Amino acid sequence: MDYISQVLFVMCLLVAGYFLTKRINRIRKNIQLGKAEDRSDNPAERFKIMALIALGQKKMFDKPIVGLMHLVIYLGFIIINLEILEIILDGILGTHRLFAPYLGGLYIYLIIIFEFLAVGVIVTCVIFLIRRNILKIRRFWAYEITKWPRTDANIILITEILLMLAFLSWNASDSILQQREVGHYAGINAGPFAFSQWLMPLFTGWSDSAIMVYERFAWWFHILGILTFAIYVTYSKHLHIALAFPNTYFSKLAPKGKLQNMPVVTNEVKQMLGIPADPALETAPETPQPETPVEIGRFGAKDINDLTWKHLMDAYSCTECGRCTAACPANITGKKLSPRKIMMDTRDRMEEVGRSLEKGGPGLEDGKSLIDSYVTREELLACTTCNACVSACPVNINPLDIIIELRRYMAMEDAKVPGSWNAMFSNIENNMAPWKFSPSDRFNWADKLKETPQNGQ
Amino acid sequence: MNPTTYNVPTLAEMIAEGKEPEILFWVGCAGSFDDRYKAVTIAFVKILNAVGINFAVLGPEENCTGDPARRAGNDFLFQMQAIANIQVLNGYNVKKIVTACPHCFNTIKNEYPELGGNYEIIHHSTFLQQLINQGRIKLQGGGEFKGKRITYHDSCYLGRANKIYEAPREVLAALDADLVEMKRSRAKGLCCGAGGSQMFKEAEPGSKEINIERTEEALATGATVIASACPFCMTMLTDGVKNKEKETQVKVYDIAELIARAEKL
Repeated sequence: MDYISQVLFVMCLLVAGYFLTKRINRIRKNIQLGKAEDRSDNPAERFKIMALIALGQKKMFDKPIVGLMHLVIYLGFIIINLEILEIILDGILGTHRLFAPYLGGLYIYLIIIFEFLAVGVIVTCVIFLIRRNILKIRRFWAYEITKWPRTDANIILITEILLMLAFLSWNASDSILQQREVGHYAGINAGPFAFSQWLMPLFTGWSDSAIMVYERFAWWFHILGILTFAIYVTYSKHLHIALAFPNTYFSKLAPKGKLQNMPVVTNEVKQMLGIPADPALETAPETPQPETPVEIGRFGAKDINDLTWKHLMDAYSCTECGRCTAACPANITGKKLSPRKIMMDTRDRMEEVGRSLEKGGPGLEDGKSLIDSYVTREELLACTTCNACVSACPVNINPLDIIIELRRYMAMEDAKVPGSWNAMFSNIENNMAPWKFSPSDRFNWADKLKETPQNGQ
Repeated sequence: MNPTTYNVPTLAEMIAEGKEPEILFWVGCAGSFDDRYKAVTIAFVKILNAVGINFAVLGPEENCTGDPARRAGNDFLFQMQAIANIQVLNGYNVKKIVTACPHCFNTIKNEYPELGGNYEIIHHSTFLQQLINQGRIKLQGGGEFKGKRITYHDSCYLGRANKIYEAPREVLAALDADLVEMKRSRAKGLCCGAGGSQMFKEAEPGSKEINIERTEEALATGATVIASACPFCMTMLTDGVKNKEKETQVKVYDIAELIARAEKL
């Protein structure tokens, strides 16, 4: 009998592992649709950023109360993994509470910590559900947060509550079986535990075998729930739990105001101006120049393959919290631009292309593109490049970079920008100023100063 | 410290005389052509003269840095401008630049090095702060802004883009004024609405103009002076104050103008 459940359990692990690996590979391939970019410099600084932002949750505490609640769920997730390790080993080996004899008196404290976190997670998830569905906080009801993102959020919160309830009630039923010294539960004297002991009265009057059935049900529900959830997460905005770490590690280190240079353009401009390209590039240690000439692709980004892998990883790291959009001056004043939507669109497009490629379909060549099919030009034109979205993101996502790449496509490939921008371009080109003034008048401001001696009063 | 004449040498003149300036003052297009911002340029030049800084300007040799072109997506035009400017600056062997425009500052500081232009560039807010700290600008306090309620509007291109939050505030603190912060300030400051080349086109349809939202926030502090440190912010906030018909009660000044006025230059 025991062997059957062990075999069953291992099969469940393998099936879950198969789907998880397949999905992770798909995501990796989707991210690799992006262009190469070197983000391997300054590992020490990168580790520090990752430690502070992802591990240390620094930016979450811009809103201290939400930060604290998020921390409870985060710690719950990380620490309860130890319990999951025990559950998985028990499942494979056919043991029960494998760690208890090894940890001795410490075991109960460990479980008490888990239970404390489980209760914290339940309370927090309930508050989050209320915040999302009853209080209707503005950023959770923006126009880009359609039915699926809302459902996704609720599925995540409800699943977490159910998993924690399964964990607590499993502990409660197990404690009773231990007290009643039933079968193999007799040898283990781990419970009762801090919180689950309050659930134990629920089982009074239940027969030993009924409690045993419940204990197994809760155990299986908990672990199968976790395995299913792990796969679900890869399809969900909840993927940030994994990608927050690499995403912060590969953060942009340059000042926020610095836009990515386009070396292809530099080469062309230098040729036009008759400047030898190489010596000047030597003075630019920040840009590693490949030996072979850069493959001239598209100027700017029309679709996801014109973005870099980091832009694409950003999109998979986005948990749609909307702090970027809440800080966006364009969005605040009712314009269509929402930095969060830019990230969601980028991800949706990747998923669409990825699904198509998986089925042997046209992939990127499906007649659609990120610009126009997903992101409208009106959105892109509204950006003031103020970096508020970049600053606000708890996991260092950079929507501005994508906006600029799409604008570059609009300006340089498509040559479709507002007429007033074209006028500004030609002013810069002909008059060396964005306004139509004569370049010879540039120094006129000083005339008054030079002509009339000032007496200071 | 009030000189009777002001000196505005161009770099070309100086080099011709065999002299070299300590710093180049990069005026920028707004500082050269915009009627309102020309007053800021003049105020800053008066301060430089009063303090006895050995400076020069490029005058007619200065071009747009290309910032609006790059942010509108036209990287060709940006790089044409940038490389031309770098040729001029390197030709004159320029090492140190000061500018009153955060957009010029950001571009020269962060985007020119990759194109071969490496300079020490200082925004005028940092420069003024240094002069105050060094005691070269000795504000007596008790000037016309003593006790006046002033709020400072963070420029995105100084603040979030380059983490310069304190220098302009320290300059204002030297005025002995009553500094008040807006609800959104420093890293959370709200854009004036002009960055990213918005200055050069109509805003997209929305419920409100960004500069109105920001002006409302500034006015809510009860300040009679809105201090800025950027030509775009200056224009947007001045327009906002006019829109709210508060231009007689509330003035928008650049921090250089505030220092120049306090010093009666």
